[in-house]
Amino acid sequence: MSSVVAIDSKRLAGQRLKERIFHGTTLAAALLVLALLGGVAVSLVHGAWPALSHFKLAFLTREVWNPVTDEYGALGAVYGTVVTSVIAMLLALPVSFGIAVFLTELAPSWLKRPIGVAIELLAAIPSIIYGFWGLFVLAPVLQEHVEPWIISTLGALPGVGVLFQGAPFGIGVLTAGIVLAIMIVPFIAAVMRDVFETVPDVLKESAYGLGATTWEVIWRVVVPYSRTGMVGGTMLGLGRALGETMAVTFVIGNAHQISHSLLDPGTTISAAIANEFTEATTKLYASSLIALGTLLFVITFSVIALARLMLLRLDRRALSSV
Amino acid sequence: MSRRLFRKTVNLLALGLSGVATLVGLLVLGALLWSLLEEGIGHFSMDVFTRMTPPPATAGGGLLNAIYGSAIMTLIGILIGGPIGVLAGTYLAEYGRNARLSTVIRFVNDVLLSAPSIIIGLFVYELVVVPMGNFSAISGAISLAIIAMPVIVRTTEDMLNLVPQGIKDASTAMGAYPWRTIMSVAYPAARSGMLTGLLLAVARISGETAPLLFTALNNQFWSTNLTAPMANLPVVIFQFALSPYDNWQQLAWEGALIITFAILILSIVARVVVATLGPGTGRR
Repeated sequence: MSSVVAIDSKRLAGQRLKERIFHGTTLAAALLVLALLGGVAVSLVHGAWPALSHFKLAFLTREVWNPVTDEYGALGAVYGTVVTSVIAMLLALPVSFGIAVFLTELAPSWLKRPIGVAIELLAAIPSIIYGFWGLFVLAPVLQEHVEPWIISTLGALPGVGVLFQGAPFGIGVLTAGIVLAIMIVPFIAAVMRDVFETVPDVLKESAYGLGATTWEVIWRVVVPYSRTGMVGGTMLGLGRALGETMAVTFVIGNAHQISHSLLDPGTTISAAIANEFTEATTKLYASSLIALGTLLFVITFSVIALARLMLLRLDRRALSSV
Repeated sequence: MSRRLFRKTVNLLALGLSGVATLVGLLVLGALLWSLLEEGIGHFSMDVFTRMTPPPATAGGGLLNAIYGSAIMTLIGILIGGPIGVLAGTYLAEYGRNARLSTVIRFVNDVLLSAPSIIIGLFVYELVVVPMGNFSAISGAISLAIIAMPVIVRTTEDMLNLVPQGIKDASTAMGAYPWRTIMSVAYPAARSGMLTGLLLAVARISGETAPLLFTALNNQFWSTNLTAPMANLPVVIFQFALSPYDNWQQLAWEGALIITFAILILSIVARVVVATLGPGTGRR
């Protein structure tokens, strides 16, 4: 009798030990996620330190990027990053909104699923494919057909015309923005659709009951109800555009300059790092590139964190595609 | 009457535009797939799978070493990132479900999920490449693991949360410790969802380029040495696309075709897994 009790308590102790080990391991893994973000921040600042302490704040305000004289400033790359992202958002937002509206309110149910799945699959295609396609297919089309037209029409306008003057290179800031837009449309559209689907049917039906048209229901019920989620999803898309490397690197031309024309080549932070990091010959050069990376980290981290805070209010499970 | 007409016109216009937006979106994306098929299949030959990447200014060649490198680094990346991600997801869904720490970790994980991959590359460069003194396949695999991890953490947590509390309670009532309940009840119940998460993570990392540029670098030759640079499809596509050689550019098209369809097939399989085996997950 006593032997049975002995075996049981031994097994019990074994179970308890396993429990402690398993609990500890899962906790350690979870803490690793935290440590990862901290590690990224620390290692970036550490790598960027030589450049930051050498150039001080001037690093942020100077446009010069000269490996020969070992002088570096981030302004050109930051400008390119911001401008390509702005172009991408301007183009992608209305299209994504249209797709989300079509998918939630207009499409017949037999069409909803295939188009929805197609959009989600396209969001899974790696960015290098978009950049590659942009270089070989889109850029020649833009150069031969679209850009000459832009230069002769928009370029002639007073004021804004200055943005659209110059030679049709095919590659440049505008092309990069367009490729980015194509890349983030599926992503933003999928998030928006998910957000729109969280709107309770009762709300929409009561608006229809009052005689509202489909568009009025969308604009006055669906959009206000899902505003936070829409902004959050949009900002996630912006975070993607800001940090995107491969879709941009192929088509931007890699020139550290701030040009008045959107048709001219430029560079972005991530494109500069991708193009130059393995060729950085001096310590200051490599460190300056890491400093650019740190800058990108700060910018995207703020945007993504803000976006996540906005999406936090929504049921996580409703957002299947984020 | 005119007010009504106005509202109807606006409605038609807006809805028409949304239809046009969908059409434009689908057309552009269709054009992308079409040119991949056209250019990629046009000159496709089995050499792609049997020969190495060619040196400059020589005809022919294939992508064998790059395909092998991508496969091996993706595999190691998942083998590292997968278990850690599953364990962390388990903590968030089970042990720490309501802990304040979990809220923070969940948030940080979501941020990592959308963090630019090139930054992860810089991180691994500082962490692994600099101390090791050279570029290596293993550092590439580690950066892929770091990118895969948040995806797996997220799906594991979501899938475990879908397991009905009742069957976990039943296990606890039988006297099982939490680890036993998780292992024997929660994991089997969430199995297909978690598998989907792994597949999606594979799809995500197998096309990643930016973090490999300065970790795994590239290698023109066949190499199985994990501590040396290793060829991989994305970086080969990048280099070959920007090269002046016709056969290099053609190989880049074929590499792009292979990656895209591998990822599309993976994503479709992931969906099918959920649709056929899955718990009614609500995930599409």
